[in-house]
Amino acid sequence: MLCTAPLWAGRADLRFLSEIFLYLGLAYLWNLLAGYAGLVSVGQQAYVGFGGYLLFALAINTGVTPLALLPVIGILGVLIAVPVAVLIFRLHGAYFAIGTWVVAEVFRLSFAQMTSLGGGSGTSLPVNVVKSIAASRSGRESLSYWAAFAVLVLIVALVFLFLRSRTGLAMTAIRDNELAAESLGINIWRTKFFVYIFTAGLTAVLGALIFLQKLRISPDAAFSVNDWTAFVIFIVVIGGIGTLEGPIIGTLLYFLLREMLADLGTAYLVILGITAIVIMLFAPNGIWGFVKSRFGIEFFPMTRRVISKKE
Amino acid sequence: MLETKGLTSFYGDFQALFGIDVRVDKNEVVSLIGSNGAGKTTTMRTITGLIDCDTTMVLWNGQAIGHLRADQIAKLGIAMVPEGRQLFPSLSVEENLKIGAQNKRAGFWTLKRVYDLFPVLGERRRQGATTLSGGQQQMVAIGRALMSNPEIILFDEISLGLAPIIINQIYDALPDIIDNGLSALIVEQDISRALSIAKRCYCLSEGKITLTGSTDSISRDDVSQAYFGKI
Amino acid sequence: MVWINAIVQGILLGGLYALFAAGLSLIFGIMRLVNIAHGDFIVLAAFLGLVVTSTLNMHPLTSLIIVVPAMAVVGYLLQYLVLNRTMGDDILPPLLVTFGLSVILQNSLLEVFSADPQKLNAGNLETASLSLGSLNIGILPLLMFTVAVAVIASLQWLFYHTALGRAFRATSDNADIAQLMGLNKKHIFSMAMALSLAVVAIAGIFLGTRTSFDPASGPTRLIFGFEAVIIGGLCNLWGTLFGGIILGVAQGIGAQINPGWQQLSGHIVFLLVLAIKPNGLFPRVSH
Repeated sequence: MLCTAPLWAGRADLRFLSEIFLYLGLAYLWNLLAGYAGLVSVGQQAYVGFGGYLLFALAINTGVTPLALLPVIGILGVLIAVPVAVLIFRLHGAYFAIGTWVVAEVFRLSFAQMTSLGGGSGTSLPVNVVKSIAASRSGRESLSYWAAFAVLVLIVALVFLFLRSRTGLAMTAIRDNELAAESLGINIWRTKFFVYIFTAGLTAVLGALIFLQKLRISPDAAFSVNDWTAFVIFIVVIGGIGTLEGPIIGTLLYFLLREMLADLGTAYLVILGITAIVIMLFAPNGIWGFVKSRFGIEFFPMTRRVISKKE
Repeated sequence: MLETKGLTSFYGDFQALFGIDVRVDKNEVVSLIGSNGAGKTTTMRTITGLIDCDTTMVLWNGQAIGHLRADQIAKLGIAMVPEGRQLFPSLSVEENLKIGAQNKRAGFWTLKRVYDLFPVLGERRRQGATTLSGGQQQMVAIGRALMSNPEIILFDEISLGLAPIIINQIYDALPDIIDNGLSALIVEQDISRALSIAKRCYCLSEGKITLTGSTDSISRDDVSQAYFGKI
Repeated sequence: MVWINAIVQGILLGGLYALFAAGLSLIFGIMRLVNIAHGDFIVLAAFLGLVVTSTLNMHPLTSLIIVVPAMAVVGYLLQYLVLNRTMGDDILPPLLVTFGLSVILQNSLLEVFSADPQKLNAGNLETASLSLGSLNIGILPLLMFTVAVAVIASLQWLFYHTALGRAFRATSDNADIAQLMGLNKKHIFSMAMALSLAVVAIAGIFLGTRTSFDPASGPTRLIFGFEAVIIGGLCNLWGTLFGGIILGVAQGIGAQINPGWQQLSGHIVFLLVLAIKPNGLFPRVSH
């Protein structure tokens, strides 16, 4: 049904759905990093902005149509994440988190220096580039929508397959008990490294799509902690970290709240913050975690239960 | 004075203790014997409040203290020399002793008296506590417990990892320590020591008391059997 | 000449960064906790200073008498009521809770004070300066640096020569056994947080007198404090001072080359230290 949306949904609805897909994608990726790989990053906005800026830069300078650039941006995202990871993996726990934030700041300040991309105030996507996506506006809207949907499906599929794979299981072992996992011969550093750089690549692709929709980019918007990290974290935490259903619930809830409380402005963010804290303190597994422990439901079958001899 | 009633304890889903009844009266020395994994340290940690248990499972002078925090239990006059010494690495020998007196309970034991008991500690008072030899660290751990002027000391496997000659030294010093009006609950794997130093003993095996009685009436064979459980 | 001036200014600025870092370093050392809202608390202190100086007509430095105890109480309650529940082996809860706090603080301040930049007025002190040859050293930056050194020296003294310091170190070593000594873990942690926010209060007031601040200024202060800690070396308060100085000098030199490069230079030096000496320049041997 969602596939055919461009045929029956209005322009505003299409954009809204796209936004949901993109946030959901960000949520799944952050969940993979923090909830499964134990890498708590508050700096993913670095790759969102990187993807966005690279899309603009490449589209403007090479004339290639934006959507065709997505795979390239993904690869570039992975590549830039390599030196970043080598550096910040020297930090651990909360210091690692702040390290990711510093990296995002470096990205922001660096891109703000690039006058060819509009410096501190940013730049818009030129008309000829926009037109290269599709001739008609409705064509462009549909293509953007399908692109967002396709990337989301790709991300969810990759995450799901990865977590069910041997490496994914190894990672869950790492999450549960790092020392024990290490003694089993699982190379922790390498596993985390690959998860980090591939997540970065996919985040960059999402960033490219996000700013393709907005048609305009600036350093503050591209690398905003609030938009690309705070909200994503809240989505994942409230929905249920370390679960595959959680991000969906979190995203839906987030957008519901946003529609309802939009008028409250900053108070809305305060409420979001308080909710996240309350959930973290009293229901650390989020809404879905609560549901799962109460009713044992799983939409994405992930848990392997240990059946003891007594049962 | 100190009593446990039906003490049970769990590590997650794993049950470590299945209803332990242990009693130490005033001025008594009681030993708790058992092999590795029998539940000795679990018992000690539960009594001292490091592991949670039901309120009525631990009684102090008739009062139920099972619900109290570890620091509150320490203030009652229950001290422990933990398994593996567990001195504070960031603190010097003297600081480790001083922190034992954090409770400010008045009594016989002062810094000077501890140094009289273990002179080698006085020589090394400013050294980092964990730079000392195993035996010396054990002395610091005992001194630390003494500094709080407790009414009862729980000794958890003080001979573990020490050379026999050092163990002798320490056990020789014990009567002096206990003579001053203290009670003691001594946990040991070494059966002879446990029987010689105590008046009464309990044998613990797989979380259950398998034997109890006065050390005069119990033979080594009885203990060996109880130690290894019903085979 | 202008370079020497930049370096001197950088050194003095380093004092402020050391103040940012000291509170952060303290609670990490004692509780392995990192307060993501640390920078926002610095800003909160600055706003508190604003309120106190305007309603009570005080000089910002005098307002310390009120702001420091107030922030200490806030710290104690924060730890006791909220953060103590997040302590444990999992790093996620304290990180996410303090992150949530950061968002709440920033937006609450925004709600109450608006986004306008503010500044604390230190009167004549702001322009007074000392002449050393051809160098002009501001009295306020010099004072700030001296206070930073004094604070760090006091903290060291507290840690190594008082019963409370002993309690902090013991609890940090082994919280369980520390309880056997009659130390209430919850209380000790709360005292540590109270101390941290007291230092934050001093940092906030000096920040406010030195430059303008607004509700969104927090995260950058957190980052500067964090960079000073990492450059200096974990678990080493004096190292944090040097870390702050190096950061300040890096920023000063960067700004001299190009004003837009101030922050970036600091970040780059930080990343360099991370690459070459990941344990910092003065790491303390871990126990």
